Amino acid sequence: MSANKESWGSRVGLILAMAGNAVGLGNFLRFPVQAVQNGGGAFIIPYLVCFLVMGIPLLWIEWSMGRFGGKFGHHSTPFIVDTMHKNRLWKYIGVFGIWTNIAVASYYCYLESWTLSYVMHSLAGTFSGLDQDGVAAFFNEYVSIGKSTLGIPFEPIVFFVLCLLLNTWILSQGLAKGVERVAKIGMPLLIVFGAFLAYKGFTVEQGVDGAISDSATGLNFLWTPNFDELWSPTVWLAAAGQIFFTLSVGMGTVHCYASYVRSKDDIALNAMSAGWMNEFVEVVLGSSILIPISIGYLGIDRVVELVQMGGLGLGFKTLPYLFFQWGDVLGAVAGFMWFGLLFFAGITSSLAMGTPWIGFLQDEFNWRRKPAAWSFGLIVLILGMPTVLFFKYGVFDEYDYWAGTVSLVVFALFETILFAWVFGMNKGWREITSGADIQVPYIYKYIIKFVTPLLLLWVFVGSLVTPKGGDWAKAFAGDWVLDDSSIINKIKNVSLKRQLAEATDPAVIQQLQDTLFFVNASRILLVAVFLSIAALVYVAYKKRVREGRI
Amino acid sequence: MNTSALVVMLGTMLLVTGLMIYFFMRVLNTPPKPEPDSYLDNDDEPERQVKP
Repeated sequence: MSANKESWGSRVGLILAMAGNAVGLGNFLRFPVQAVQNGGGAFIIPYLVCFLVMGIPLLWIEWSMGRFGGKFGHHSTPFIVDTMHKNRLWKYIGVFGIWTNIAVASYYCYLESWTLSYVMHSLAGTFSGLDQDGVAAFFNEYVSIGKSTLGIPFEPIVFFVLCLLLNTWILSQGLAKGVERVAKIGMPLLIVFGAFLAYKGFTVEQGVDGAISDSATGLNFLWTPNFDELWSPTVWLAAAGQIFFTLSVGMGTVHCYASYVRSKDDIALNAMSAGWMNEFVEVVLGSSILIPISIGYLGIDRVVELVQMGGLGLGFKTLPYLFFQWGDVLGAVAGFMWFGLLFFAGITSSLAMGTPWIGFLQDEFNWRRKPAAWSFGLIVLILGMPTVLFFKYGVFDEYDYWAGTVSLVVFALFETILFAWVFGMNKGWREITSGADIQVPYIYKYIIKFVTPLLLLWVFVGSLVTPKGGDWAKAFAGDWVLDDSSIINKIKNVSLKRQLAEATDPAVIQQLQDTLFFVNASRILLVAVFLSIAALVYVAYKKRVREGRI
Repeated sequence: MNTSALVVMLGTMLLVTGLMIYFFMRVLNTPPKPEPDSYLDNDDEPERQVKP
């Protein structure tokens, strides 16, 4: 018998937890940068289209797969997918749904710990007297585990462990008393903090507090449509990619949360409610803070330069400086709210990452909730330490690329094929509409069967063989040179090897050689973790056979 | 702001906010299914007890 007897406290709690799972740091840091880099206002059209034909179908697929597996007492993807077809190999595809979460949590909790630390530094006034370079230098020193401003030895490690302890303790309290309670507090606070900062983003005035332009400049930059970009496959690929990351689909967390829903209860409306809540946070709040404030104080050229470093650079190296242009008190309050909302966005997602592993141990090995939660914390600590200690050697980015990017697309592609073609769309449609509190548009039966898998396949192939500079026209004309960001060139470490061949400075050569070593070591570690989970799934399967449960 | 940016921004924000509110209100206004349902908090409400 499974030790897993958990339930959600309320429907609103489940929706907030599911929305919290989807809302992450990417809503505030990744979306605006993607929009700026991909045609401004015109990005929103492919983005919303991808949400309608890929995001919503994937949400419905994952919610219904989860609820279907839950009916048989399964709360993690290996055995959820196992119930959907007799081929025994499916459960090993389901390993992605545990592995991704453990691997992502390992670096995500570190990222989350930065926000916790920055909340404290904002309140302590650390950034008050610093110029922009000073704030950027603070970040660089922080991640290199340099000297601690507050006198705490190994400050990033301390905050990482604190953050992990907090996550683990909340997870150990259970679904209703832990995860759901945090979502009920965190999500409303996140929206309140976001609304305040969005208001500040909309009211930047040229000449006031050192602003060099009005909010309108930044908002124009972000929202002016560039319709020429609509025909670019790169923009559509970026939009489809953003929908993935923002909804946390292809991870196994949605399945796990939905597996605690009974078969007579609704999932169709729940999925729409949680999905649109995530879109609200991303499109309305996420677009109104980072870019308008940064451009207001730094100008378009500087921000264009900074977005090349990604949203993390702007969020951690620039905004703390800009907030303190509003004065010490408002600067501290804005810093507290910005990093506080990032923290809530982060923790509601990292808690979701812990639940599939805990559900797996409870279902298959009869573990109780508390030891299962602490085992998750321990694994994440061990697997996460390399991202903390060897951050400058690209370990963090390597985890993010393979576990947080590539594997999501791979798993989503497999699960969509399983659901629509192997399990069968007629049965799948019955699962989606069973107990539904809304009329699910019938056209989605065909979208899920044809459009979503094709789109996912295109996203995967597009990422596998991305042409140089995203120039698809040139590639289709016969000149197909792979970009360094393509999966194939990533596997071959083309970019690193080129840098190594061009380097002449011995220190740079040493740094690159070390990076190459750590990059390859990270991959071996991630593969080893995947194989270990697959072995556990095999042991669990054998146990089931012995007990006559299969 | 220029007109096209304003139209795209307001159109998108109103659409997304409107749909978010609409679906959340539907959740709040839909009566729960009879017991036993998926949620613990309403289990003790007298009117939701299963009649013998």
